[in-house]
Amino acid sequence: MRIGVVTFPGSLDDRDAQRAVRLAGGEPVALWHGSHDLDGVEAIILPGGFSYGDYLRAGAIASLSPIMSEVVDAAGRGMPVLGICNGFQMLAEARLIPGAHTRNAHQQFIRRDQRLRVENADTAWTTGFVEGQEITIPLKNADGRFVADDETIKRLEGEGQVAFRYIGVNPNGSMDDIAGVSNKEGNVVGLMPHPEHATEAGFGPDTALAMSSGTDGLTFFTSVIEKALIK
Amino acid sequence: MPTIVVEVMPKAELLDPQGKAVTFALARLGSTAPQVGTYSEVRIGKRFELTVDEATEAVLAEVKQFAEDIFSNSVIEDVVSLYVLEDPALAGSAAVSL
Repeated sequence: MRIGVVTFPGSLDDRDAQRAVRLAGGEPVALWHGSHDLDGVEAIILPGGFSYGDYLRAGAIASLSPIMSEVVDAAGRGMPVLGICNGFQMLAEARLIPGAHTRNAHQQFIRRDQRLRVENADTAWTTGFVEGQEITIPLKNADGRFVADDETIKRLEGEGQVAFRYIGVNPNGSMDDIAGVSNKEGNVVGLMPHPEHATEAGFGPDTALAMSSGTDGLTFFTSVIEKALIK
Repeated sequence: MPTIVVEVMPKAELLDPQGKAVTFALARLGSTAPQVGTYSEVRIGKRFELTVDEATEAVLAEVKQFAEDIFSNSVIEDVVSLYVLEDPALAGSAAVSL
């Protein structure tokens, strides 16, 4: 499966996302923010980083870039799109998912191995999990506080669009401990923590078994690839 | 040349961590402050200045659109004002109300 990873000015984790796709058995395709060409990919990842220096609002300027109009169209046609951290912020700014992000409630940049509960195992990027499964992947952000009005939060909760929830610690003050959400159709998923940093033993979060051995993030990428194979 | 000003504030009901930090800092000044008042809340927003050749109705309408779609995110922010700073040499373009 060809999975595109878009590089924006200020993207940091685009190569990690490409590596994660490769480790999951897919073919990573580098896409460029200034182009309208999706290069025939079957899924798209918007990676983490600080596109445009987080100027204006995190993800805001990137959401206006040429490739994003193609991403919005493709998402509308049902193509799987995963937004990680800054990519999650872009999805919100592009209105592909509801809500928005503000500065962490405590004003600090935070980096920690974060426990999450998978709340929806039916999205394009989570079918390899079981609902309620607990996973640990790295989190690192400054503007990670997910907010939305009460009505939207109620709708997200009611319709299963909360894909991931922080457990143990709410690291940034996100409403309802929401770590990740999906669109109504489930093909677009965004989350603050970084699955691409937990895909290879030796380079992931610590587990009870061994240091840095956590690979819970790999399932995001194998999920979308397996689903494409079944089709 | 006239300048169009757009001011954006975080929504009143949302936590403004930046403003909160400043509120605490003012409180810490305590009796060393030249004039001690009770500043129960400080909120910090953004101001955009767009210098244009002419602030026509069409330009103002476009800026209003930019203000709502780009300069602010309606989930977390409100556009609180949009007005024209007149160049004294140019008269006639009035502020638009939102």
